[in-house]
Amino acid sequence: MSNSDVQPAEEKAATPSKSLRGRASLWEIFITFLFIGGTSFGGGVVAYLRNSLVTTKAWLDEDEFMSALEISQALPGLNATNMSVIVGDRLYGPIGALIAFAGMTLPGVIIVLLLAAFYMDNSHNVYVTGMLKGVGAASVGVLLAVTLQIGRKQLEHTLDLCLIVLTLVLISILKVSLILVLITIIPLAMFFYRPNAPKRAKLASRDVEISGNH
Amino acid sequence: MVTKNFQILAVFSLLSILAVGGGTAVLPEMKHLTIEAHPWLTDAEFRDIYSLGQLAPGPNMLMVVVIGFHIAGIAGAMLAFFGFFLPSGLITWGTSRVWDHFEKSPWRECLQKALAPVIVGLMAAGLIAIARTTISNELTIVIAVSTFVLLYFGRKINPALLIIGGGIVGVFFLR
Repeated sequence: MSNSDVQPAEEKAATPSKSLRGRASLWEIFITFLFIGGTSFGGGVVAYLRNSLVTTKAWLDEDEFMSALEISQALPGLNATNMSVIVGDRLYGPIGALIAFAGMTLPGVIIVLLLAAFYMDNSHNVYVTGMLKGVGAASVGVLLAVTLQIGRKQLEHTLDLCLIVLTLVLISILKVSLILVLITIIPLAMFFYRPNAPKRAKLASRDVEISGNH
Repeated sequence: MVTKNFQILAVFSLLSILAVGGGTAVLPEMKHLTIEAHPWLTDAEFRDIYSLGQLAPGPNMLMVVVIGFHIAGIAGAMLAFFGFFLPSGLITWGTSRVWDHFEKSPWRECLQKALAPVIVGLMAAGLIAIARTTISNELTIVIAVSTFVLLYFGRKINPALLIIGGGIVGVFFLR
């Protein structure tokens, strides 16, 4: 495992920066994403992707992986499927993107359809609904942990905290539609973080004061 | 029938484009569109289908397939799937190809810094939307809190095990 980490760094110099063509065949791409799609449970798909693409297969180095992840997160869609599209495209062009996406989603779609058929026949069975209630409750705990892990840095930053609370209040309490929230809050946040913002230094120093008071 | 199929495609395509910050971020809007705006699901069905989705591997939002299946059978399942994944997939594919041209642009960092708190806020709103349907009594609070504590403060426990654990407790005590 650790030996294969060295390889792509050497290759990188020879190949153009973002194209990873020739590192994998279509079949390898499909099987690899099929495996990730079939084994990643509980939403931690980024860890599975890194383990498979960077560590085991060594198709991407850590920088290439992070660059793809950065794009996945900034664009609409799920990290899991966005990553499959980006990595598939870089490895094998549009067909690679399609094949990686198919592999990523196929196992889950088949399983969820089987579960759905079972649920439709048993939706009044108290054991089935009891089980689903328990799963739903546990998933709230998982979501809370994931949200706090992702947001830990932002929650300690005054401006970010204000933006988080504003977004939350608009959607959860005032029930403003998502599209309206996105087209107002994102430009507002970009305004605060615009390049060379004159107030940025002041805001940052005020943050220090506030956190220092605690 | 045709209108209904078109509505499924339209609703999930809209959600696909709005899914900035991933699946959890669109849960409040999905709940609104499938329960209130369209008479497709009851609150309890939404909760059950969300939980079913948690039992499948892969991308976290395969519950959209079940919603489509519930509304209009296999055709509905396919329309919901392609509606939810195709638009964002195409946007990602196109954008990732031009993204590198902006590698040195200061606006890229600006966008990332701006999106980070918005995404956390949207995820928190998704969490609240799910909690509103799933947290119904003391035991569900206990399940949610103990899952959170084990995951957040414990040592690398696979969340799938805790989800299954919640399901087992539910079979015995939440029926």
